[in-house]
Order: sequence, then C-alpha cells, then structure tokens
Amino acid sequence: MLSSFDAEILARLQFAFTISFHIIFPAFSIGLASFLAVLNAAWLYTGDNAYRVVFDYWKKIFAVAFGMGVVSGIVMSYQFGTNWSDFADKTGPVLGPLMAYEVLSAFFLEAGFLGIMLFGREKVGNGLHMFATAMVAGGTLMSATWILSVNSWMQTPAGYSTNEVGQFVPEDWWAIIFNPSFPYRLVHMVLAAYLTTAFVVAGVAGWHLLKDRENKATRKMFSMAMWMALIVTPLQIGAGDAHGINTLEHQPTKIMAMEGHFDSHPEGAPLILFGIPNQAEKRVDYAIQIPKLSSLILVHDLNAPLKGLDTVPDEDEPPVAIVFFSFRIMVAIGFAMLGIGLWGGIQRWRGRLYDTKWLHRAAVVMGPMGFVAVLAGWITTEVGRQPFTVYGLLRTSDSLGPVAAPAVAASLIAFIIVYFFVFGAGTFYILRMMGQNPATPRLGLRDGPIRTAGITPVQQTHEAHPAE
Amino acid sequence: MEFDLAFIWAGIIAFAVLTYVVLDGFDLGVGILFPFANSKKDRDTMMNSVAPIWDGNETWLVLGGGGLFAVFPLAYAVVMSALYMPIILMLLALVFRGVAFEYRWRTERWKKVWDLAFFGGSTIAALCQGIALGALVQGIAVTNRHYSGGWWDWLTPFSMLTGVAVVVGYALLGATWIMMKTEGAVHHRMRDLAKPLAIATLVFIALVSVWTPFQNPVYFERWFSMPGTLVTLPVPLILAFAVYKLFHGLANGRDVSPFLAAQSLFVISFIGIGISFYPMMVPPSLTIWDVAAPDSSLKFALVGTVVLVPLILGYTAYAYWVFRGKLDPEAGYH
Repeated sequence: MLSSFDAEILARLQFAFTISFHIIFPAFSIGLASFLAVLNAAWLYTGDNAYRVVFDYWKKIFAVAFGMGVVSGIVMSYQFGTNWSDFADKTGPVLGPLMAYEVLSAFFLEAGFLGIMLFGREKVGNGLHMFATAMVAGGTLMSATWILSVNSWMQTPAGYSTNEVGQFVPEDWWAIIFNPSFPYRLVHMVLAAYLTTAFVVAGVAGWHLLKDRENKATRKMFSMAMWMALIVTPLQIGAGDAHGINTLEHQPTKIMAMEGHFDSHPEGAPLILFGIPNQAEKRVDYAIQIPKLSSLILVHDLNAPLKGLDTVPDEDEPPVAIVFFSFRIMVAIGFAMLGIGLWGGIQRWRGRLYDTKWLHRAAVVMGPMGFVAVLAGWITTEVGRQPFTVYGLLRTSDSLGPVAAPAVAASLIAFIIVYFFVFGAGTFYILRMMGQNPATPRLGLRDGPIRTAGITPVQQTHEAHPAE
Repeated sequence: MEFDLAFIWAGIIAFAVLTYVVLDGFDLGVGILFPFANSKKDRDTMMNSVAPIWDGNETWLVLGGGGLFAVFPLAYAVVMSALYMPIILMLLALVFRGVAFEYRWRTERWKKVWDLAFFGGSTIAALCQGIALGALVQGIAVTNRHYSGGWWDWLTPFSMLTGVAVVVGYALLGATWIMMKTEGAVHHRMRDLAKPLAIATLVFIALVSVWTPFQNPVYFERWFSMPGTLVTLPVPLILAFAVYKLFHGLANGRDVSPFLAAQSLFVISFIGIGISFYPMMVPPSLTIWDVAAPDSSLKFALVGTVVLVPLILGYTAYAYWVFRGKLDPEAGYH
C-alpha cells in the first residue's frame, strides 16, 4: 500500500504520526505537573487530607503519562536527523542551541527530580519533596518555552542570515528566541495544556460524582477543575484571538486557508461558519457565512479589506480543507469548554455544583476533548505553514534527507504498530486507574515508594499525614 | 585569547556521550539480565534498583542527539541518515523498555509481556548502540554534505561484533550494579554471572581493539603519534589495574569496587576510541571543524552548558544520594 508513495510523503506522514502521538502526553503532563504542585502545596499549607488523597491519585497517573511522553519525545529528538537531515543541516545552527537549552534546562530538571517526587517523599521529607514537585512542574513549563520558541521560529523566522553552504546562521539570539509569533504561541499552548488537564480532571471527577457525590476528594477535584474551566477558557479564547491577529500579520496565507478565503474581499470579508473547501475550483461549497464578521474579528473593523488565496501562487498554498476543518473543530471545542465553565459557575453560585447530574455527564463527555482541540490546533498551524518547514524560506521538499522510500515506509509501519500497541496499553492502564474511586487507598499494584536501607525514613509510617 | 570553540565542543559532546554510557549502561544492563533472575521478586528488586534514576540517565542520550544537532549539525544530519535503521530500532527499543518501568506494576496478567519488553528493549537498544559505534568506526560515505551510502551499509561483521560487545559489557555493568544495590539471593546470582561476563567483556575489548586498525590504518597511527602517545603509554597500566580490581573485588565479595572497575573499563575503552578518532568527527572525511556550526551558535550554547551542566551533575548526584544503599526487597509491597 505504502509502496506507491514517495519518500517525502512517507517522511511527512511519519513526522505527523509521531508528533501527533507525542503532543498528547506533554499537553497532559504540563498541566498535571502544575496541578500536582498546587495540590501538594495546598495539602502542606492547609493540612486538609483531601488534597493529599487527590495528589496521590493523580501522581500515579502522571507517572505513566510522563513515561510515555519521555519515550515518544526521545524519538522526536532524533527524527530531525533520520528523515529530515537537510533541514537539520540547514537549521541546526539556529534551532539546535535552543533545543540543547531545552534538554539542559528542562529535561534534566524533570528527570532528575521526578524520582524524588514519585518515590522520595519519605526519604527527603515534605519540604524537599515539595521542592522536587515544583522543579518537575517548572521543568515542564521550561520545556514548553524552548520547544515553542523553536516551532515559532520555523513559523516566523527572525534574527538570522544565511551562509555560503545554505545554512541559517544566528545573528541576534534575542530576536531568534523572541520571534514574532513566540509569545502568542507560548501563551496559547500553555493555557491549552492547563485546560486539557482541567477537563480530564473534571471528567474523572464527574464520573465518580455520578456514583458517589459525598466523597470529599472527588468534590475537591471537580471544584478545582470547574474553577479552571470558568477562568481559563475566556483567557484562552482571548489568547487565541490575539494569536490569530498575529498570524494575519506574519503568515497571512495560513489565515486565508483557516478562513476559507479563496477570494480577496476589498470591502470586508465574511466569516464562513461552515462549508466544504474546494481547492481545485478555488471556492467553498455550501458555505454558510456571516458578512463582514471575519474582518471584524481579525482587524476589528467591519469594512477592512482582507486578501484571499487568489493573491498567492498555487505552489505556495497549504492544503486548505485540512486547515479549514481542523481550525473549526478547535474553535467549536473551545466554545463548548466555555459553556461548561459558565454552567459550572452558575451551579456553584446556586450551591448545586455537586448535585447537577447533567453537568457531571457533560464533564465526562468533555473529558478527552482538550486533546482533540490541541491536536486540531496543531494541525491548523502546522499544515497551514505548508509547503514550507521554515516559513517562506525553506520548502518541505528541500528539507528531506537522502533517504530511500522503502526505509521510510518500513520505519513508518514499525512506528504505527509499536505506538498503537504501547500507547494503547498505557492509555488502558491510565483509564483503569481513573476508573478507581479517589478514596481507594490502593490504586495500582505498587502503591508505595521504593525504600533503600541506610537512611531512616523521615516519617516512620508510610503515607503519614500531618493532619492526622 | 581565541578559544577553539569547535574543539571545546567536541570535548563536551564526548563527555556527554561518556556520561550516557556510564549512567545508562548499567541500567540497560539490568534489563539485559532480567531473564537471568531466579524469581519474580528478584526481578522486582532489580527493576526497583534503577526505577528512580533511569529517566535522568537516558536524558544524556537526548543531550547527545540535541547537542550534536546544535553544535555539529552536519555530523548529526549525516550520521542519522547513515545509521537510519539502527537508530530507529534503538528508539523503538527504548520505547518498550521505558514504558515497562510503569506498565509492569499496573497489571498481573500482562506482567510477563512487559518483562519481555524490558529485556528485549534493553538488549536491542544496547545492540543498536554498539552497531552504531561500529558503523561509525568503519566510516561513513559523504559527498557534498550528504550521506552517499546505502541504507544497509551499517551492517557488517565488524559492527555486529561491536554490537554484541556493548551488550555483554552493559550486562557486566548491570550485574555489578545489582550486586552493589542488593543482598541475598539476587546479589549472589549476579556475582555468579559477573565473572564470566567480565571475561567475555575483556575478550570483546581485545577483539575490537585488534580489528579496529583493519577498518582504517590511520586509527593505528594515531596511537603512536602525538598527542595520542601521551595516553597510549599509561593505557595498558590503567587497564591492568582495573582488571585486577574487578576480579579481586569479585573474588573477595566486595560490593562497590567491581562496579567501579567495570565502569573504568568502559571509560578507558571510550578514551581509546577518542584517540583513534581525533580529529575526525565523522570518519573518514569530516573533521570536527568541517561539521561545526558557526561560532555564534557555539558561543551561545556554550554559555548555558557551562552554567547548567555542573548544576545538572549536582542534582543528579543528589538524586543518587537520596536512593543510596542497599534496596529493601520488601519495600513497595505494603
């Protein structure tokens, strides 16, 4: 089946496949690491045992998700070289140091303190354990910062020159790191990770509230997640809007594809709510649209002119349908999240947060939606940048290394089989842990930390709590 | 004073790779030895001995890859293309092995599956690392900044030899690590395994050393010209001392010295390879300076490295200190 494809499309499929799997895990672990740090701090500060129960519950889920993120991430760090070695040679001088900083300032931090966070509370005491937990959370955010700077530079390159062998050479590191789209992308992605996690937590809590609405730990989880949904979703919609305006300035072609604007609109562009882009005929079929609203959203002026894809050479256009649909999926989920957040806020105000079964059911349905939105958002921005890897400068077809199609096909099939098997099993274990009531003292087969001799545990009884 | 940034970076990358071998070698070795444990409980203990630290150890491999991309992008591009198959295979093997740490505690029915994943993943990862090393020593064909060989060029008798050598060597590191971290049955089992593994490791070191000059005579010459000679002279002495400490420690029931002696075998072998290579980064045609990124990249990355690597070594040492001492085989099952 794959033999009819050339090496380039196979390599693109492979990158899309491995990065799509990978992004799921960081989106979850960035949010969960911060959540765990907050829970641990709240437990230490208030002495309320419910926080500790929730911490221990999510800690084990975090361990599995983090493990999957690590191994799928190692693959990514080598993927630039295996299939995309021309890209690696040309962009290495600019992007390589940023990724080296990610490894040095983030990966080591997470990995070094993860063992202490998972297994070391009894050995190091609560203070240092809190420090380790905060370091893991800080590491995940640091990692997001560097890798989003790398991605943003590929979208909106700045601060470089080129040398005689065609490499990008750094001229101004400040301009490279803080390239025009980076601050927007960073805020949008970190908020996305927080929201994704909040909705997973809300979904799990909702599931258990449907069965037992008295459990204090479950209530705590649901309450915290609903606060996040209420406060962060509007912030995220605002951040997304700002990001879109930034994209209009620096990558207008991507916006044209997102909006489905095949034609230029000199007197205000319509917002196409739905339709089927027909790239061959350069029009959107069955379009349902609101006049001038696109101009209002993007330029904050009803009559502002917006250029369409008719101003872009065909060979520089991205595949419009993918970008058009993935963008709409992301936005729809965003507004559904806003709805849940508001509903939760109203029910809380009425004192019925834990008694509204339909809210709990809706939370369960929305539980995995953050992942869908994250994937849809990344597909929008990555496919929307095509046909370039470095926007406007380096074409995807010039980024490919000297790889043979059969080799890429073989490795692609291997990745697909292994990822579905391994991460399918991991997802199953995570779902099974989530199915356990948070009040259950033992979640997995292994519950406690690993203890070695030669040091007296700080707390003699395992799982001792200061509140008791 | 002008620093030769490319030279400094070659040293740093070499240090990162060596640190990776020293730190992850033994925990891959623990996986390689998994089928040799006598009981399920012993396997639990073996895995627990590396559970809190394996992730940090493996991060040095990411630094090796990421660092190469940053400062020697052409080497990264060419080597990854040339070693396509072993690299992909190693990554997939590391996936299996990495998730086994968590998965095998989450299921009874499938525990055997993840035991196998841990063993198979560790062994294949080690084998691929050895093959990659052998293929690099053989040399990589480069024309006009591109790899110009075929996608099976890495597979030769020599690279298979280096592959198996690394598996055996890592198993020795794993055995001596477990000896150091455990007591009782599993400790004695590993002590019994360590001696044949030590002999086998030495045989492989000898075979690879003898065969290497036949890959390219220049490797041999580098040992007997400056600055290689400075290191050539004491190497046999240090090697003899390490071998003595290893067998003496094994015979006398020492806990720590066999592990350190086994590690020093790796350090010496690594320095030996370094002498053979210098000043090449991708033999036979690309030197350190041919593949180096522009100075502005090297400088920027160096600032962070100089500040952060000592910090990393510091908190890594702390994490090892927290989990020091012998494992309590009963812990973790209350």
